[in-house]
Amino acid sequence: MTDLFSKFDALIAQREGLLATGVKDPFSLVMEKVLSPTVAVVNGNETILLGTYNYMGMTFDDDVIAAGKKALDEFGAGTTGSRVLNGTFQGHKECEDALKEFYDMKYAMVFSTGYQANLGIISTIAGKGDFIILDIDSHASIYDGCKMGDAEVVAFRHNDLEALEKRLKRLPADAGKLVVLEGVYSMLGDVAPLKEMVRVSKEAGAMVLVDEAHSMGFIGENGRGVAEEQGVLDDVDFVIGTFSKSVGTVGGFCVSNHPKFEIMRLVCRPYVFTASLPPAVVACSATSIRKLMHNGNKRAHLWENSRTLHKGMRDLGFQLGTPEAQSAIIAVIMPDLEKGAAMWQALLENGLYVNLARPPATPAGMTLLRCSLCAEHTSEQVADILDRFERAGKAVGII
Amino acid sequence: MTDRSEMFERLKGLIEPFNKKDVAVTDATTFAGDLEWDSLTVMDFVAEVEDSFDIVITMNMQAEIETVGQLVDAVTKLTD
Repeated sequence: MTDLFSKFDALIAQREGLLATGVKDPFSLVMEKVLSPTVAVVNGNETILLGTYNYMGMTFDDDVIAAGKKALDEFGAGTTGSRVLNGTFQGHKECEDALKEFYDMKYAMVFSTGYQANLGIISTIAGKGDFIILDIDSHASIYDGCKMGDAEVVAFRHNDLEALEKRLKRLPADAGKLVVLEGVYSMLGDVAPLKEMVRVSKEAGAMVLVDEAHSMGFIGENGRGVAEEQGVLDDVDFVIGTFSKSVGTVGGFCVSNHPKFEIMRLVCRPYVFTASLPPAVVACSATSIRKLMHNGNKRAHLWENSRTLHKGMRDLGFQLGTPEAQSAIIAVIMPDLEKGAAMWQALLENGLYVNLARPPATPAGMTLLRCSLCAEHTSEQVADILDRFERAGKAVGII
Repeated sequence: MTDRSEMFERLKGLIEPFNKKDVAVTDATTFAGDLEWDSLTVMDFVAEVEDSFDIVITMNMQAEIETVGQLVDAVTKLTD
């Protein structure tokens, strides 16, 4: 008998090798208590959270929690059904109404996760004979959406406008084309040149989908994302987003002005063949989305935190993913996986949690310590974070 | 037949700058096994081939191409 698990042997060996050096498993951490959007108890220690994507700190917002408790009492613990059968409750419609208002778009569709939103929309709208043109550093959910569908997939070099334009021109003029872009790329925290990319895509007759998971709520005048900030949101056909970052819950969505968009509810399998979000989650989400429309001070503080941390890290001598802070993600590039894991552990022992990201999730085989800031981090916490990075960096020998 | 060997030579020329281990390149040479290219090198090489021949090699096609010979046949077909 062939052991089907033998294909994982190399990864198992790498993991065991890493653990043998004495580091704790970075991928099995447990948050024992969560005290606030920025502080949790890990291994019995109070720990500052700097790797949660909880950008706007909505997880403990009083109004959001109250809405969830009320929905739990009034609608129960779960829906036990698909959105197209018994699983659409009042709260799901309220969530979609809030999204339509937030993005000023005609249609909104809520999925059970952000992953499923990309999986469902991409695999459904691009079919046999169509082309999907995507950035090589696209998120796994985008690649999986391509794999699930029947379209031909063409990749271009990360954020390379010329590479995109060339490939678009080489494709058959009359073929259906979907260009898939992200506003903020989550590994390095860099922003896409959407203004130009959307323009060349439209000129080539392509439809455009932009994943704005890491920009909602604080990039763009109304927090609609990078496409809004660069003035091209009107030319974007589909915006994909998530509730599990700025909104502070879980779930995904797609908003669009396409006149036939509603048919997606019947043909999109990751929407149809799964249970809908629980009532408490959609109630929390709808409340949070509405609050995100008016949060100028929090946005300003999040940007201030991001810029302060970026500059502080640079001054300490760390190598960063972007020359300046382009989003609320600051990626610290590690020399290799061993040093990265050692640094991650040293930070955790100093009471600071960041994400350890490694290939294949990262571009160019990099090991990253990815930091994501929260509007609820105080200026003192940011100073504290820099202090802990300095101590850990020196102990591990990175700076 | 000369067309095919011409194509082989052109592609061999494009492979060389990426052939860090100086592996002898034949039709049977594999990109992952013999040349030991990682996904990043593959991406750079594919972009080079696409630009040289003004073609698009989709990821669906790339998944089917394991050897230099298969690439020669695929590019020949695409430039027909």
